[in-house]
Amino acid sequence: MPSLGADMEAGTLVAYRCEPGARVERGGIIAEIETDKGVIEVESYVSGVLERWQVPLGSKVPVGAVLATLREGDLAEPVPAAPPPSLPQPQPQPQPQAQPQAQPQPQPSAAAVAAHPDARATPSARKRARELGVDLHELASDAVLTLPDVERAAASHAPSATHRPRISPAALRRARELGVDVQALQADPIHLTHVEQYARAHKTQAVDKDLVEGPRRVIAAGMARAKREIPHYYLSTTVDLAAASRWLESYNTAHSVRERLLLGVLYLRAVALATARMPDFNVRWTEAGPQRQPEVHLGVAISLRGGGLISPAIASAAQLSLPDLMTAFQDLVARARSGRLRSSEVSSGTITVTSLGERGVDAVFPIIHPPQSAIVGFGRSALRPWVANGELCVRPLVQLTLAADHRITDGHAGARYLALIEQLLQEPERL
Amino acid sequence: MNSQQSAELVRRLITQIAPEADLDALDVRADMREALDLDSMDILRLATALHEATGLEIPEREYGEICSLQGCVDYLTKRSAS
Repeated sequence: MPSLGADMEAGTLVAYRCEPGARVERGGIIAEIETDKGVIEVESYVSGVLERWQVPLGSKVPVGAVLATLREGDLAEPVPAAPPPSLPQPQPQPQPQAQPQAQPQPQPSAAAVAAHPDARATPSARKRARELGVDLHELASDAVLTLPDVERAAASHAPSATHRPRISPAALRRARELGVDVQALQADPIHLTHVEQYARAHKTQAVDKDLVEGPRRVIAAGMARAKREIPHYYLSTTVDLAAASRWLESYNTAHSVRERLLLGVLYLRAVALATARMPDFNVRWTEAGPQRQPEVHLGVAISLRGGGLISPAIASAAQLSLPDLMTAFQDLVARARSGRLRSSEVSSGTITVTSLGERGVDAVFPIIHPPQSAIVGFGRSALRPWVANGELCVRPLVQLTLAADHRITDGHAGARYLALIEQLLQEPERL
Repeated sequence: MNSQQSAELVRRLITQIAPEADLDALDVRADMREALDLDSMDILRLATALHEATGLEIPEREYGEICSLQGCVDYLTKRSAS
């Protein structure tokens, strides 16, 4: 079970993506795990042949637990296809003691749900499907399955294994907001009023669970650690985007919709190039101490629909041309929102870019994502008054900001770094 | 394609881009960038998906016209008539 962040303690194996006896390449996807960051695809660290799975589907195991045994080398001798371990067998790994109350129910349907890699679903839908015992496989369609799909399916046919009370969607939503365990309610069917009555009666221990669980827990752990450990300094500068906007407009006019670029990709390219040239902003603070990284794995802050934020990385971003970077960026955003990120993407960033988009705010003063040591922000680009060559004019401008680790760099270096990004954006044809 | 078919196509594509969106509750003239929190990448995905479904090439400067459900339908009607 890989660690996908310092705060991660355990993960649930939700899908095998590889059969015993099959060849596995280093970097190939072998399994899917569910964490507070959503469902993540696990890549193999080594090449070899999968001998057997050590953990049954649906089980939650601590970081460091052995998920599967691989034999390094080629497929020399045939491997008898070992059946995957099933839940009733003795657990090969100790369960984490941290959450002894974590759902003890063995879920026969969970395996069927998750084992089917083609059932595409959002992380919240997957989670709910497991809670409700809904088989995503049966619902599978061309579109990504969402929470309402799962709840509709659950409402339309009562799950077979154990009796569960029926519950209205509104009541279910409210129960989640209030942190009410619907299993504890006596009513059947459960309505909104039952949930609210229960919440009022148990108010003393009420914590707004949605604020401390799932994605919020991950963000809280990372950001609290950043503010506790990293002495941030902040710089801000205004960048004239006239040249970049003009270049982008003519590029996009000349290209079909499928090949067009976004302004955000010019930002990513400029930051990747500047960071490759100034490696003091490409430092990861490991347990041994700070280490400059040889490659720029560019983290991109992506807001998730329905709340939350994740910052997966584009590997070796400084080596990608603008069109390749655009493709990688689109792919990353689509997979982040559908819950299909890979383990290396989630944990490998060396610096992050955050952009709050065309609407919204002028400037963002971001918090560094540990163990990184810098983060670059872009506000909204907008037409504003500007002075160029002694003349007042109207230009598209953007506020470029930097938060960096003062243990590693100083404001002077930070200023040079922002100036380099600005300079790169002035010559878009060379990006 | 008649406007009924256009409307169905547009709703299907928006649902793929923003699966959580409740389109029945959405004002057909509302700017989806505000109402559904669509960003520039989502609008580009919509333009690409419309292109793939209809063959129409939508210039970037006309993206503003496809930012509401009704805007999309009107745009498809206008472009397929010309």
